[in-house]
Amino acid sequence: MIKVSKLSKIYRSGEMETVALSDVSFEIKKGEFVAIMGPSGSGKSTLMHILGALDKPTAGKYLLDSANVVEMSDDELAEVRNKKIGFIFQSYNLLPRTSALKNVMLPMVYAGVGKEERRIRAEKYLEMVGLKDRFYHTSNQLSGGQQQRVAIARGLAMNPSILLADEPTGNIASVQAAEIMDIFQKLNGEGHTIIMITHEADIAGYAKRIIHIKDGRIAADGTNNRQRKI
Amino acid sequence: MDYREMFIESLSTLTLNKLRTGLAILGIVIGIGSVIALVSLGQASQKAVESQIQSLGSNLLTVMPGSSQEGGVRGAAGARTTLTYDDAKAIETSDAITTVKSVSPEYSGRAQAVAGRNNINTSVMGVTPLYAKVRKIDISSGNFINDRDVTAVSKVAVLGPTTAADLFGEDVNPVGRTVRINSQTLSVIGVTVSKGGSGFQNQDDIIYVPLTTVQKQLFGVNYLSTISLEAESEEVMTEAQNQVGYLLLQRHKLDDPLEADFSIFSQQDILDTASQVTGTFTTLLSGVAAISLLVGGIGIMNVMLVTVTERTREIGLRKALGAKKKVVITQFLTESVILTFTGGLFGIILGIFVSYLFSAFMSFAFVVSPKSILLAFAVSAAIGIVFGLYPARKAANLEPIEALRYE
Repeated sequence: MIKVSKLSKIYRSGEMETVALSDVSFEIKKGEFVAIMGPSGSGKSTLMHILGALDKPTAGKYLLDSANVVEMSDDELAEVRNKKIGFIFQSYNLLPRTSALKNVMLPMVYAGVGKEERRIRAEKYLEMVGLKDRFYHTSNQLSGGQQQRVAIARGLAMNPSILLADEPTGNIASVQAAEIMDIFQKLNGEGHTIIMITHEADIAGYAKRIIHIKDGRIAADGTNNRQRKI
Repeated sequence: MDYREMFIESLSTLTLNKLRTGLAILGIVIGIGSVIALVSLGQASQKAVESQIQSLGSNLLTVMPGSSQEGGVRGAAGARTTLTYDDAKAIETSDAITTVKSVSPEYSGRAQAVAGRNNINTSVMGVTPLYAKVRKIDISSGNFINDRDVTAVSKVAVLGPTTAADLFGEDVNPVGRTVRINSQTLSVIGVTVSKGGSGFQNQDDIIYVPLTTVQKQLFGVNYLSTISLEAESEEVMTEAQNQVGYLLLQRHKLDDPLEADFSIFSQQDILDTASQVTGTFTTLLSGVAAISLLVGGIGIMNVMLVTVTERTREIGLRKALGAKKKVVITQFLTESVILTFTGGLFGIILGIFVSYLFSAFMSFAFVVSPKSILLAFAVSAAIGIVFGLYPARKAANLEPIEALRYE
């Protein structure tokens, strides 16, 4: 499903060159739950941006569903983000003063899904993350955990190939964080592919496979034998 | 995302910050409003001038003394004393003149008119009976000056309605009363119908007196200030101009038309000059109004740029979720066009209201051309696109990761 090979990213500002990623290669198959772990500055955010089609690598290949993302135009990248990737951000990134329902519908609006269909799907996914009675709450009326669950529903809305979560529990109290991880594991059980970026070992512990990144390189990559369960 | 949804979404975004939206719209309202008001003011004053000049008679030729060249100095028209009552009689009786229907010799001056305790300064016009025909003067009560008044140098006067009201009060019929002008007592024999008139000259503030009386009794002169001629038809105006010109040159013993000590204008000449002047004014005023519209447009651009900066994160999110450049551009353009279009709408209402006030208080015609309204709509939409495009493109070109990181 995802295949990256010899991926590197170099930031240039004037004479200075900063290597964020160098020679990163791995493969992720359908149905996996992968945590990408590393301390801040390790290059994991850069990797997540490239996997999310938000940024292009300096060199290397990135195949998503056997299409080479590296060679795409801005509008093609927008389409990939819309149809194949469900984003879950650390700071939720919901539209302010907008209902949960409308937030979940947003990616479907850009995909041209009809009005009725949008509503049906948005309600379904909000129910799935346990927000059946919060359809019309705006983001400032919801707790952090609830906002992140709206974001998960939004990520699922287009039934994407991968769910890409960037520090999904970074701003959330630990009890609610466990609830989010529970949802991830359930979704993974239903066959969703999940890639989660985190610097917290206990959060990474919920994944089936953990890739460690250090100084822009893969330091370790293996199955998580002691997967945590709620 | 269809346009209806885009429109509704833009509308709800704009209502979030009502004060800012309102102020941005206000710039356009004032711009469009002043363009509409000034254009219709210009058109109204042009119409007023035209109808005023046309009300004097469209077949009218005016002979004025002066405009001769003397040693390189061109005398001002009307400042000389070369036209006489005999000239006018000659035009009337000459066999060479075939295209002139009526001749009206005139002498006009200003004088103090006194009736009872009322004392006004007004224009005194020495005329013959034909004046009423040539200048289309109608009498509302009494009679106009007749031939016997002229030959007998009668001390009679016909008042314009404004003068009548000033001297004797409103709703008083002054016929039979007397008025003193330059220590002569004249009896009032008639009052004319109002010709309306504002702007250049009030045609109702006037006293008509037999030409001979004015020349001999009131001002002591033997020349005329103008001779008004009515041509047989509009088609023979040029011919009439030539015939009269030739006759007067002969009578004044001049060979070269360039040395003529008189000039002949047609109403068309005067109309053309006046329209040209008001036309220039209209253009000038519209130009000033257009500048205010430009300033309004810059205001829109400013507000849109602030909006884009404020909503950087939101734009980043929308792009991350799959909004293409075109969609982002369209969204922001929709917002700016809604701003300017609303401004245009209220501006048109304001402009029409202001032109209505002008027409009500300055007795101009109330003209609002549909063309200028249509143009205002088109211009306001165009301003939205032109001044909204840069901010919209700025938004569309934001890098999604940079925008998402923006605090």
